[in-house]
Amino acid sequence: MVSRWFLRALVAGYLLMLVAWPVSLVATNAFTNGLDAMVMVFTDPGVVHALQLTVLVAGIAVVINTVFGVAMSMFLVRYEFPGKRLLSALLDLPLAVSPVVVGLALVLVYGGRDGWFGPFLESLGIRVIFSTPGLVMATAFVALPLVIREVVPVLTEIGTDQEQAAKSLGASSAQTFWRITLPAIKWAVIYGVVLSTARSLGEFGAVKVVSGNVLGETRTATLAVEELYLNFDQAGANAIAFGLAMVSVLCIVVVGALRPRHRI
Amino acid sequence: MTWAPTRPETPPADLEQRPLPRGRPLLQTNLTTASGIGLGVAMIWFSMLVLIPLCAVLITASEGGWGAFWSTVTHPQTFAAIRLTLLSAAAVTLVNVVMGTLIAWVLVRDRFWGKGALEVLIDLPFALPTLVAGLVLLSLYGKDSPVGLELAYTPASVFLAFLFVTLPFVVRMVQPVLEELEVEVEEAAASLGASRATTFRRVILPALVPAITAGAALSFARGVGEYGSLVLLSGNLPYRSEVASVRILGSIENDNLAGAASVAALLLVISLAVIVVLDAMQRRVADRG
Amino acid sequence: MSIDVRGVNKRFGGFVALDDVNVSIPTGQLTALLGPSGGGKSTLLRIIAGLESADSGSIEIEGTDATQLPPQRRNVGFVFQHYAVFKHLTVARNVSFGMEIRKRPRAEITQRVDELLSLVHLSQFADRLPSQLSGGQRQRMALARALAVQPTVLLLDEPFGALDAKVRKELREWLRRLHDEVQVTTVFVTHDQEEAMEVADEIVVINHGRVEQVGSPDDLYDRPANEFVMSFLGEATTLGGTLFRPHDIEVATSPLAVGGIEGTISRIQRVGFWVRLTVLTDDGEAVAVEMTRSHARELGLAHGQTVWLSPVPRAARVSIAV
Repeated sequence: MVSRWFLRALVAGYLLMLVAWPVSLVATNAFTNGLDAMVMVFTDPGVVHALQLTVLVAGIAVVINTVFGVAMSMFLVRYEFPGKRLLSALLDLPLAVSPVVVGLALVLVYGGRDGWFGPFLESLGIRVIFSTPGLVMATAFVALPLVIREVVPVLTEIGTDQEQAAKSLGASSAQTFWRITLPAIKWAVIYGVVLSTARSLGEFGAVKVVSGNVLGETRTATLAVEELYLNFDQAGANAIAFGLAMVSVLCIVVVGALRPRHRI
Repeated sequence: MTWAPTRPETPPADLEQRPLPRGRPLLQTNLTTASGIGLGVAMIWFSMLVLIPLCAVLITASEGGWGAFWSTVTHPQTFAAIRLTLLSAAAVTLVNVVMGTLIAWVLVRDRFWGKGALEVLIDLPFALPTLVAGLVLLSLYGKDSPVGLELAYTPASVFLAFLFVTLPFVVRMVQPVLEELEVEVEEAAASLGASRATTFRRVILPALVPAITAGAALSFARGVGEYGSLVLLSGNLPYRSEVASVRILGSIENDNLAGAASVAALLLVISLAVIVVLDAMQRRVADRG
Repeated sequence: MSIDVRGVNKRFGGFVALDDVNVSIPTGQLTALLGPSGGGKSTLLRIIAGLESADSGSIEIEGTDATQLPPQRRNVGFVFQHYAVFKHLTVARNVSFGMEIRKRPRAEITQRVDELLSLVHLSQFADRLPSQLSGGQRQRMALARALAVQPTVLLLDEPFGALDAKVRKELREWLRRLHDEVQVTTVFVTHDQEEAMEVADEIVVINHGRVEQVGSPDDLYDRPANEFVMSFLGEATTLGGTLFRPHDIEVATSPLAVGGIEGTISRIQRVGFWVRLTVLTDDGEAVAVEMTRSHARELGLAHGQTVWLSPVPRAARVSIAV
């Protein structure tokens, strides 16, 4: 009994000092000057543009990652092919790579001046680095495994019985996927999408490298926070930070509440 | 009662035997034409996005030869940054192994009011933008810290930032394994005479080791590569609180891509090692099923 | 008596799992705790093992009061329905676990593990992981593991419940032979009356947290104490307000027997060597009757025919409580 209370207190105390207290301070700091700082920041055209860009970039990256993730999960679970194990391990790589390395890697290949493919793409009029496509790629890179990691276990778990039943009843592969498989993995996909969204909205390091931080063009929300902070506009930085934090907290709480917690 | 079992009289018929897993023929596949094309498209995207760029880092790093690579990473300021990064990441990983396992234990085995809130707190560092994480930590451990712990701009700030962003990894790896561990197994150990401590050490812990290792590997990798959460917190003071990723960014900003690639290659090798460990551990978790 | 259970009560919230249970389990015997699911038999077994504590009452094992002892110190072997194997340990290490805890000398452990593995026919699997074994093999390993610590009593909770019918049948015959070899006091829980009848020396029937009857399989089948035991241990049918076994009812085609009850055959069903009749009596009872096929042929029974029913002499019978 004593040890149980000790453990509870230890865990609660640790999480309080590391997460709960600091996060709540950002929330209160954001409102210290009333709503003024909030209103001022969120009506600033530069900030508004940064937020729009963030939403656009994150939106595209999440769509790409979701389609890629679900398809890749299907290949990994439902098919056999040479190199599958290697591929499955490599797909986890973005989890382990530094965002700054991600940014650098993209610059080395797609940089307009001396990247591997960059000059060729620029000659076609496609600019990747210091532009929106670069931001999308950096964001898609860092969030790549999230959908896959959620979907693969569920797909493995449900097995192929239902799919075979559907096929025996005359459903085509596409029909089987849309009517049987997708509904079965729905929650895993949603959870993966929410995690990807949170991660994409908040990506900083990789985006910073590929953005060049061109004011009003490639400045995303997190880059705007950094800039405000470095310009001693702590209230403004806190206000956007609070906004971003709210979005991610909301994501987690909503999905945590919606997700059916059935154990196998 | 006698305890000298005699020879078996009749073997029970239940000798059906699962064959040991054997290697598949190398080129076996059940891909259809359509799914093959789909996989091809996915692979092209994956290569363009991840594989080719990461190869570019390794190739760029090796272009100047071993000497150039070596002199870059042993440059005193760079070396100090790498050392701080690795030491902090290792220390954080140790803390996570202990605290993460404890937290997972409490979340799975204990019931109390407010447990749901703790679950949210665990996920928060993963979802929170890393830069915001830095601001968050500054609010409690920065200038005018309300608890009198001013860690900003010290090497300890690096440790703190790593600790925050890596919080979920061990917990989230261990939790499902712990949930699937039947209470019966512990009861079996108890009825065989094992104390609670012995049961934990000899039955529960070994079952958790692959998950803990996988979580530790991820948390080490995340720490080694971390940038966003500490850029504002640590102040990036050379020889004191500057980490490897900040050094890389500095080189990029000075247009020294080759130098940046050298340090990046070092981090990348660590990432690859982590992925190998992760893959092996996840397989061990799955195999025991 | 090896295990003495006295006045044990156990509640889970509002649910009464055990209601003043008194049972004595004899030394060296194979005893079955038989009853329907949720009747409290597993709870009783777990209380004997110390995995659950009784709200009141006492447990004595081989003359020692074990009521307050933790499971570690009761020296019982426990086998779980779902095996509860230690997945990270090889088969041999699973079996040696208890002896390692007791710090037995290395040589003794090795020798005993070898003996036990050959006893449960798993010698060739000593170095495998449990995940490489079938269900039946895992359960035999769990049994060896429980026996390794030389327990005073061996307790098995639905040991074959998770196995398929064929393996189940083989393993229970094997358990009987194993018990005859090692002679340890054994208690096993089952909801399968056939399993209990076939394997056990003595059966304790438990229902709704109470002991309904204790006795040998023959006792229980031939002299059931009440309606529940009668119908749980085999088929039963009512005839004139009394329960009988369907094969204990005699059919006559003419009203010869005094006190025969008149009825009409509403259904004839042939199952292999047996013929089952349903006879509707004038009182509105649907009586099930079983007889051999040749006997039915002799009588020349047909659908719709009027017959007279009476119990055979010395039939097992229980009057139905009103």
